[in-house]
Amino acid sequence: MPLETIEDKKRVLREMLFARRFEERCYEAYVERKIGGFLHLYPGQEACVHGVMEAARPGFDYVITGYRDHIHAIKCGCDPKAVMAELYGKATGCSRGYGGSMHLFDVEHRFMGGYALVGGPFPLAAGIAKAILMQGGEEISICFLGDAANNQGTFHETMNMASLWKLPVLYVCENNLYGIGTRIDRSTAVVDQYKRVCGYNIPAVQVDGQDVEAVYEAAKEAVAHVRARKGPYFMELLTYRYRGHSMSDSNAYRPKEEERKWSRRDPIIILRDRLVEAGAMTHDDYKRMDDEILDEIENEIVPFAERSPEPRVEDLERYVLADDDSCRRA
Amino acid sequence: MAEMALWEAVRRAHDEELARDPMVIVMGEDVGLAGGTYKATLGLYEKYGPERVIDTPISENSFTGLGIGASFLGVRPIIEIMSVNFAWLALDQIANTAAKVRYMSGGQLQAPVVIRSPGGVAHQLGAQHSARMEKVFMGIAGLRVVTPSNPRQAYGLLKSAVRCNDPVFINEHEYMYNLRGEVPDEEYLHPLEGSEVAREGRDVTLFGYNISVHWCLKAAERLAAEHGIDCEVVDLYALSPLDRAGIARSVAKTHRAVIVEEAEAPCGVGAEVMAIINEECFYELDAPPVRVSARNVPIPYNRTLERAAIPDPDEVVAAVLRLLGR
Ligand SMILES: Cc1ncc(C[n+]2csc(CCOP(=O)(O)OP(=O)(O)O)c2C)c(N)n1
Ligand SMILES: [Mg+2]
Repeated sequence: MPLETIEDKKRVLREMLFARRFEERCYEAYVERKIGGFLHLYPGQEACVHGVMEAARPGFDYVITGYRDHIHAIKCGCDPKAVMAELYGKATGCSRGYGGSMHLFDVEHRFMGGYALVGGPFPLAAGIAKAILMQGGEEISICFLGDAANNQGTFHETMNMASLWKLPVLYVCENNLYGIGTRIDRSTAVVDQYKRVCGYNIPAVQVDGQDVEAVYEAAKEAVAHVRARKGPYFMELLTYRYRGHSMSDSNAYRPKEEERKWSRRDPIIILRDRLVEAGAMTHDDYKRMDDEILDEIENEIVPFAERSPEPRVEDLERYVLADDDSCRRA
Repeated sequence: MAEMALWEAVRRAHDEELARDPMVIVMGEDVGLAGGTYKATLGLYEKYGPERVIDTPISENSFTGLGIGASFLGVRPIIEIMSVNFAWLALDQIANTAAKVRYMSGGQLQAPVVIRSPGGVAHQLGAQHSARMEKVFMGIAGLRVVTPSNPRQAYGLLKSAVRCNDPVFINEHEYMYNLRGEVPDEEYLHPLEGSEVAREGRDVTLFGYNISVHWCLKAAERLAAEHGIDCEVVDLYALSPLDRAGIARSVAKTHRAVIVEEAEAPCGVGAEVMAIINEECFYELDAPPVRVSARNVPIPYNRTLERAAIPDPDEVVAAVLRLLGR
């Protein structure tokens, strides 16, 4: 699904706006206590997953990420109703209510999950890439994680193996400058994340993560490199989250001036203004788009989650071990 | 039936599984060109190539995670962790990913990896190379734990583990790779659940696993010869899930239980077996069950201290005599 024509750009604008409104609605549902646990929202970072996945093949390429995973799942093709139902803990959720916000899965669409341990998905993505090589497919493995995850041992251990074995894996670092309340320059000796893979001989770029078209252009090259089986690739996308780290985060540690600066670089507004300037849409068109989205969320997605059944307590011990006879064949 | 060393039995299982299924791979430190620290993969690098018998960097958590990720797509990795002491570094991926992914995905993903590793107290390897970690792994829901006491089990358990859709941890013993025993000539899959009666007896049940099965058998011989006591020895080769029915069956027969473990007592196999006896067959007991466990210390280097830290057949004999009031 390339981001080349005006129609593509309008579609992606709609998807990014949908992502924004979806997350804002999650915020409300959390405040209403319909959603429990930890909830990490995506507003501000929409251009990252959309720009990269426009250059890849959602539903075909394997995607894995951390706990900030709602929009990654949806972009891979997961039904937003199933995502919302999962957040509500319902049996119709994409993980049947066993996962929650941080553990969305949609294996049919090759969304291989959200994982809560910072840095955990690095080696999993490399393993998926190893399996792709063994099975001779054309897929690639794509791993989205944050900047602070790069301070985990798994980052360095996995970059080494991925490069050594030329694994078809694309690592996307969504650098939003913070790991919870610790700004990157207070936790990390080398602030430019793309430089950190040089020691592993992995090609890397740093891109404006607020400009979906710039992300897309850079991702085309990255995806082509990985798909051509030339080995791993690393993208650093400079971005910002518009809310606290999670719902339990006051966000008090960020300078207001910094927040204002980044809010003027809203990825949705950047793309919208470009389309308006090009005469491809009007502000009224945009407003209509927004209304349609809000309507879909309010009248289809939320009611689906509300009305869906809870998982059954009788199924509490299901899925702990395999329920086939593979372990009892002897 | 051919007699072979335990390492040869493990090697044969690797070889047959690699030959049977092209999705089986072996990975770990020095498993390839070097043939494995305990020769468990000797010659397999030459036979199956570097893409399937993979020498990894010293990155336990990440190569374990890499194997787990590959298993999501149907690859069947056998991951060797050179010494179980290093498995602490891989606990994140084992416990947080392999054991939980089926559950937290609502049954969509599974991690059919085999993780095998030698552990136990060997020959003066010191505190950081003498861990017995089975109790740690037993406490993780979603992970199976098995531990062979002889070459037949080592061979058959590995083969079954490779075909099992759950993650399986195989706890081998560093001291036992040269132990010889019979292994069927034809292919043999050992069950991943249950227990085996290694010796029939009437008076008292000795529960053991891995190396402690041998201590139990030796003790049973002496108790029979010197004291006329007839011990049953039950081999708990499956530590998770434990064979509740098998434990209860033997206690219902002998009415007395001694659990022998090379590990420290707290939160261990002995504690768990005692709890099961309590829950399943308390009123069958003629005397309170007894544990024979390691002392609760890091394992010392000095040979005398090292041996004093763990049980031996003499301690088992003494425990049985005490239990019978002799
Ligand atoms: C191993 C581990 N340590 C700590 C945490 C707590 N934690 C959750 S998110 C987070 C910050 C991660 O920041 P980053 O990787 O930049 O991702 P972002 O949240 O900014 O998207 C921390 C410390 C965790 N989940 N896992
Ligand atoms: Mg961050």
